[in-house]
Amino acid sequence: MRKILTASLLALSMTAAGAALADPVKIGVITTLSGGGAGLGVDTRDALVLAFRKSGNTDVELVIEDDAQKPELAVQIAEKMIQSDKVDLMTGIIWSNLAMAVVPNTVAQDVIYLSPNAGPSALAGANCHKNYFNVAYQNDNFHEAMGQYANQDYKKTFILAPNYPAGKDSLTGFKRYYKGELAGELYTQVGQTDYAAEIAQIRASGADSVFFFLPGGMGIAFMKQYAQSGVGLPVLGPSFSFSQDVLPAVGDAALGVKNSASWSKDLDNEASKEFVEAFQAEYGRLPSIYAAQSWDTANLILSALAKADVKDKDAFRAALKEADFKSVRGEFTFNTNQHPIQNIYVREVVKEGDVLTNKIIGTAFEKHGDAYVEQCKM
Amino acid sequence: MSAALLIEQLLNGLQLGVMLFLIAAGLTLIFGVMGLINLAHGSLYMIGAFACAAVAAATGSFWLGLAASLGAAAAAGALMEVAIIRRLYERDHLDQVLATFALILILSEGTRWLFGSFPLYLDIPPLLQGAVPLPGGGQYQLYRLAIIGVGIVVAVGLYLLISRTRLGMRIRAGESDREMIAALGVDIRTLYTVVFALGAALAGLAGALVGALQSVQVGMGEPALILAFVVIVIGGIGSIKGALVGAILVGVVDTMGRFLLPKLLALTMPASQANLVGAALASMLIYIVMALILALRPRGLFAGQA
Repeated sequence: MRKILTASLLALSMTAAGAALADPVKIGVITTLSGGGAGLGVDTRDALVLAFRKSGNTDVELVIEDDAQKPELAVQIAEKMIQSDKVDLMTGIIWSNLAMAVVPNTVAQDVIYLSPNAGPSALAGANCHKNYFNVAYQNDNFHEAMGQYANQDYKKTFILAPNYPAGKDSLTGFKRYYKGELAGELYTQVGQTDYAAEIAQIRASGADSVFFFLPGGMGIAFMKQYAQSGVGLPVLGPSFSFSQDVLPAVGDAALGVKNSASWSKDLDNEASKEFVEAFQAEYGRLPSIYAAQSWDTANLILSALAKADVKDKDAFRAALKEADFKSVRGEFTFNTNQHPIQNIYVREVVKEGDVLTNKIIGTAFEKHGDAYVEQCKM
Repeated sequence: MSAALLIEQLLNGLQLGVMLFLIAAGLTLIFGVMGLINLAHGSLYMIGAFACAAVAAATGSFWLGLAASLGAAAAAGALMEVAIIRRLYERDHLDQVLATFALILILSEGTRWLFGSFPLYLDIPPLLQGAVPLPGGGQYQLYRLAIIGVGIVVAVGLYLLISRTRLGMRIRAGESDREMIAALGVDIRTLYTVVFALGAALAGLAGALVGALQSVQVGMGEPALILAFVVIVIGGIGSIKGALVGAILVGVVDTMGRFLLPKLLALTMPASQANLVGAALASMLIYIVMALILALRPRGLFAGQA
């Protein structure tokens, strides 16, 4: 499948290159296309491919590889893309542990990396890099928004997240803005699917609400088990466990849950409407937040390509930094550490006909940056 | 810490153990009788879950889905045995691992091709929804109690099957001396197919039961398979009794570790650090237990007769 796709894209871009007599711009895309986390990577890939195709820019060639959510594999693929494919840009990684394995080494070899999702704190602060652009968020952001939102209604929240970089960023972010007392704090295993032991502790903790960050299948399992456990406390979380890719599998258990995100399909702007329409027409499903971020990544690259030659790194970086594209998130600018400054919204899971989806109910932060920007000396 | 919480956690451990037993029983049965290491056992678990989710979505009945999961996994198992596995009995374990690992990749990508990359929806049947009160003021999810019940029924059923029936006698005979029972006129090839299908059906049943609790997605079988291997190594490879004891041991140790270790460590270090270290230690705990048991009893708790 990957080979066919790469080959067809290759063929496409080769005919295009022949016509334009220019070197194609090679973009390496490492993302998760197999295993439990594949839904996230598929949305990322699909939006990226669609955005480039719709742009009519035929100079772009995508080299797409599956990392199977394994850091060691992602590192090998990155090396191959840099050394033998000689890619100009790289993007695609979903998971923070994979990003930590790949990004520092990639940017050190003077390849520009644009993150469509992962935003570990380590890369936003002291280890920021001129070749690293995060188009999605800094990991803490959505969780900070939920901490802020929780202050309205709750005084004793129980918080849990998986034990990996993004999980730690999550709870740190939540605690940065949350003023109430914590009923408990738990780290679970990455890939864990049974949460009976954790739910029992939530029940016994005397909490008045639960905040959790469990992306992919972990969140589906948690929500289903939580709904059946009879605990019944209100649930809060970042959008990852209530995104369009997992909602059908969670089912009605997710109804009414408040979650935070930088984008939702009902966001009122032209770019977003156009994106949702194009994605739905092409793939027959609603796009997730991963697709939205990936779409923005593609459009950011296209905006920079229109201004500068990708081989002229300084000019291209400057063009990227201007962020002169129509983001589906509305207003979007880069901070000095090349992470986004954007609004973070609070959404609620609702039912539209038979389809579970999200509706924006408020804004947690306007033009929100991240907490690590001061540490970045760039 | 209240008594209700402790009881609830013990039940959680027991339920996890029972779940592992359903997967491990088939794995250890197949190893005991055929001497085959079947890495694709986790894929049969996945097939059961997908069959249940697909049929439940089409018909609206979880119970039809459950029946379909047994049927689909047994059929897939029988087909695998006849088409591929049969050629592997005489080969060494490395060839078996290689071939069944290839099967994992084929079945995973095949399932993705059929059902797509996004998780499927499978809910608990209305009859088993909700929670029941526990002594001491706690509550426990009814569906998990039902899983414990299914596990007990399967354990008793397997015991009766193996010790009381003609098929069971042949399975035991096949375990001890393959040539001899073939010489006595028992159709050993059919027997192997039946045993393989039985093991597969158990894995499929486990997949369907867990699918309603967790998420039905490609790749769900591999984490379960790793734990199932830990279980049969602890229990003694080839022993059903060992699988039962090993599964419950792993289930209880894992659950209690996740629950108690951060609390114990919090006595000696700051709470947030204790949470991190405790979570890391808890994830290693069952492997530490496995290493200890293997150091004391290298062939597991109930090593087979072979």
